[in-house]
Amino acid sequence: MSSINQLLLEAKSVTKYFGTITALENVNLKIHAGECLGVVGDNGAGKSTLMKVLSGLYKPSAGSLFFDGKEKILESPKDSQNLGLEMVYQDLALAGNLPIGENIFLGREPTKNLGLLKFLDYKKIKDLTDAHLGKLKINVKSADQKVEELSGGQRQAVAIARSTAFNAKVVIMDEPTAALAIKEVGKVLDLINSLKQTGVGVIVISHRMDDIFAVCDRVMALFQGTNFAESELSKTSRDEVIGWIMGKK
Amino acid sequence: MEDKNQEKNSLYLKIMPYLEKYGILLLLVIMIVVMHFLQPDVFLSWRNVTNVFKQISWQSMLALGVFMVIVTAGIDLSVGSIMMLSLMILAIVAKAGAPWYIVVITPLIAGFLCGLFNGLGITLLRMPHPFIMTLGTLYIFRGTGNLISGGTPISGFTDEVRYLGHGRIDLTWLGLEKSQYLPVSLVLIAIVYIIFWIFMNKTRTGKWIYAIGGNPNAARASGINVNKILVIVYSLCGFLSGIGALILAGRTDSGYPNAGLQSELDAIAACIIGGASFFGGRGTVLGVFAGVMIMGILRNGLNLMDVSSFWQQVLIGSIIVLAVYIDVLRRDLGTRK
Repeated sequence: MSSINQLLLEAKSVTKYFGTITALENVNLKIHAGECLGVVGDNGAGKSTLMKVLSGLYKPSAGSLFFDGKEKILESPKDSQNLGLEMVYQDLALAGNLPIGENIFLGREPTKNLGLLKFLDYKKIKDLTDAHLGKLKINVKSADQKVEELSGGQRQAVAIARSTAFNAKVVIMDEPTAALAIKEVGKVLDLINSLKQTGVGVIVISHRMDDIFAVCDRVMALFQGTNFAESELSKTSRDEVIGWIMGKK
Repeated sequence: MEDKNQEKNSLYLKIMPYLEKYGILLLLVIMIVVMHFLQPDVFLSWRNVTNVFKQISWQSMLALGVFMVIVTAGIDLSVGSIMMLSLMILAIVAKAGAPWYIVVITPLIAGFLCGLFNGLGITLLRMPHPFIMTLGTLYIFRGTGNLISGGTPISGFTDEVRYLGHGRIDLTWLGLEKSQYLPVSLVLIAIVYIIFWIFMNKTRTGKWIYAIGGNPNAARASGINVNKILVIVYSLCGFLSGIGALILAGRTDSGYPNAGLQSELDAIAACIIGGASFFGGRGTVLGVFAGVMIMGILRNGLNLMDVSSFWQQVLIGSIIVLAVYIDVLRRDLGTRK
């Protein structure tokens, strides 16, 4: 399937040095529309560094990034956001004291002008939030509910909704189920599946084989900062992927 | 069992927002009613009510400034000193014979610049906590105020300068008696509080102030320039202290070295009583107003009943602890763990 769909983002031979340490060496990554790529690897394998290069937080020492086939140089995360790439952070970057809708639009709130003054357009925030949550089939009592009143799974859903509220093409999720109760994991995985159906490319970093095998179409393993192995999910097995993480083929 | 719990929960969700928003007003109303029954002839008289508003006029400005700072999970200990320094600068400029419109804007500018100094210090010097920066400026600003004035009071301002703190709006055209006037400071409190209510609730900057208090990392990840917002908040806090200085100049007709001594603690107390959380992100402008009123009415009522000011200290302290304990209980019930 990935050969048919449009290529959204490609990283070509990305290398990153921190002083004398080589964190990434000639790493390649591709993500297509409607596809979910699982990225696995042991601690220190370079997963986080690679994601930070993709989001513009780190500048690669060598190599290049292609968004929609065009080479781009990212100066900051703002640049990658403008190109349609969003991160969902592991620590859930949400403000618990604010309602769901205001979290989703935090920093990008719609306003209405009254002369020279700009005021928040609460009705628009609520309408857009309801529509967006509906599209992703996220069930909450009300968009006005404060995030601190939500369960861990609902918070993760809000964080994902937030990342996709502005026409994101690629969403990177760092350990999306790590902080969740077991019964809520399924809901978040369902959400990732419905994201794929809307044509978003999803990159999931996870240690949980259950997650990888529930939502991903392709899995790639990093080992000591290099591409170690990659496969269509249907052509591999859990034991093989776990072996890759340990550096065994 | 499950059903019952859910019913309880949904009832809770319905009541909580109102209790959170207006619970403190309820307390205020209860206090007013109690005071009225204790002092039926005096407490709700025109004279006494306007008196309460005159007494809280400058404190209400400091409390509003400190409130915004507390919402960002910060603290400003220097508001009393900012007010004193602004007042001294006003007095010196007035004595130098500057026209009234210059005299009137000097404390506002001075207060703003003091707040800007706090904000830049906290962000640029990367102070571990605003407590430290503003503790430093608490001494610096008051010391500067004494240096420029020689530590002696400077008295005697023109009526224009005193208007905001001392002015009266005549209501005889409404058929009221001459003694039933409206203090200008009351109108000023209303206008300033309405403006800042709009600012905190209806603008993006106001929303970001709450977001920073809720989770600064979330604010940063959302592309909000956290340091810039903090500098704006501390500058506005200083500006409001400057307004406080202008009101105090009108009320006392004097710039004096002890002006606003320990008033930063009153301001913090009013915010806490009014439901602002020390951990940031929580509290309303209306709540701060109620907090200021509660402290003002308590002092006024106890004075009317000839209760010693030592008891007033004990009572205000107790109310702070009680108010925060109620907040703790509310948080236990209201949030999921």
